[in-house]
Amino acid sequence: MIGPGKGIDTNKFFVVCSNIIGGCQGSTGPSSINLYTGKEYSTDFPIITIGDMVNAQKALINHLKISKLLSVIGGSMGGMQVLQWMIAYPESIKSAIPIATTMKHTPQQIAFNEVGREAIISDPNWNKGHYYGSRVPAKGLALARMIGHITYMSDDSMSKKFGRHFKTKKNNGIKFEPEFEVEGYLRYRGGSFVKRFDANSYLYITKAMDNFNIVNGKDIGHIFKGLRAKILVISFESDWLYPSQQSQEIVRACKLARVKTSYCEISSSYGHDAFLLETGEEGQIIGHFLNTLN
Amino acid sequence: MIKVIVIQKSEISFDNQIILSWIKSSSSILDLGCGNGELLELLIKEKKVQGQGIEVNQQSIYNCIIKGLNVFQQDVDSGLCDFPSSSIDYVILNQTFQQVKKPSFVLKEALRVGKNTVVGFPNFLYISSRLKMCFGGRVPVTPALPYDWYDTPNLHFFSISDFLDYCKIKKIQIKKSVFITKNKKIKLFPNLFGEIGLFLLSSCSK
Repeated sequence: MIGPGKGIDTNKFFVVCSNIIGGCQGSTGPSSINLYTGKEYSTDFPIITIGDMVNAQKALINHLKISKLLSVIGGSMGGMQVLQWMIAYPESIKSAIPIATTMKHTPQQIAFNEVGREAIISDPNWNKGHYYGSRVPAKGLALARMIGHITYMSDDSMSKKFGRHFKTKKNNGIKFEPEFEVEGYLRYRGGSFVKRFDANSYLYITKAMDNFNIVNGKDIGHIFKGLRAKILVISFESDWLYPSQQSQEIVRACKLARVKTSYCEISSSYGHDAFLLETGEEGQIIGHFLNTLN
Repeated sequence: MIKVIVIQKSEISFDNQIILSWIKSSSSILDLGCGNGELLELLIKEKKVQGQGIEVNQQSIYNCIIKGLNVFQQDVDSGLCDFPSSSIDYVILNQTFQQVKKPSFVLKEALRVGKNTVVGFPNFLYISSRLKMCFGGRVPVTPALPYDWYDTPNLHFFSISDFLDYCKIKKIQIKKSVFITKNKKIKLFPNLFGEIGLFLLSSCSK
């Protein structure tokens, strides 16, 4: 979706994409070294919010001497960051594209995250977060990712991808080893996630998402009041983790605040994953939208 | 780069030309069932209006976004509950009215939200339709009603007189009306010779 000639065309636009604080692949997070102790922060790392992530991004943008962004674009938690930009730095953005996201998690969304966190915390290797330098809570983190993956897909996309097919490798008669392809896939995805992700980061980031709430008792019409940026809200038909109703609620808030807004629900059977997979159609619509801004 | 779009008068459909002449400059517009956004684009360019479209077709929404228009993907039949009463200068229902499931509800909502409402629809009892029905014994297919009976987006078939009766019963004030056939205004016997009816309405209670 990002590149020369693509939706977000790097021949026309400069793209800034940074890792979030609390993460484990670039920015400071619980696996980073605390300069005061010389050890990893682990659970001494403070609780972070989506607001903190966006404040860090704003600091980066200031450092790059950019006074106004043409657009802030993001899906899922990235979409929450977009919404946060809309309320925290409305003067710094010309447009915003929140994709497959929400103004606040529902109890169901919090519940899925809680099961993931509980899987990590109940892994004996987690050791209250102090596992750096010893065995990581691989089982717990993999399990959290497996649950996550189920919520990213749809019944339809799972049926298409796996059906009830059996794995080609037999399980040598061991009971409850994966026999269906879907089981093998989830275990594989869980296992590979452990190699690139830190369990404590998972805890901090999911908590930041659960705590995110830009409605917070406010009158829905007041959330985006005075926002002059142009907004494009995108959702996906089969996404049941961040269903279209949540995007429509964002649209409603924009509408009531008289913000210039477009909304499109892209048809897709991929579930929440669609925002990463439907890059053709999604890229096209984003490209068209960006091209009208200048 | 500055993009210059020259719209020639002849490219503008006749019904859009008439609607254009009715709309005051710098007003706010809500186009229900805005399609590919031709009318909204025209009104923004010529009358500097604040325009918002509502459309259900995904491809049409893309075409609106290409034009830089603001458009919501929404079913018009679900109403306009997020729009306060009298919050929009003109609500437009051009060639949409006969296609909605609940025309009475949709028109009521349009009249509530709009200080003015524009309605345009094909006259089902236009003379060539009558002839095709009476002598052809078939449901008419005409330039204004170009669809076969089994594949039409039109759900309601009514004449200009039917609509006038309806406005009378519902105490809807007709401020302006124009009847057109083949890019000409029709003055005499519009219910017989008018292919399309265009109305500028406002609710009487205001």
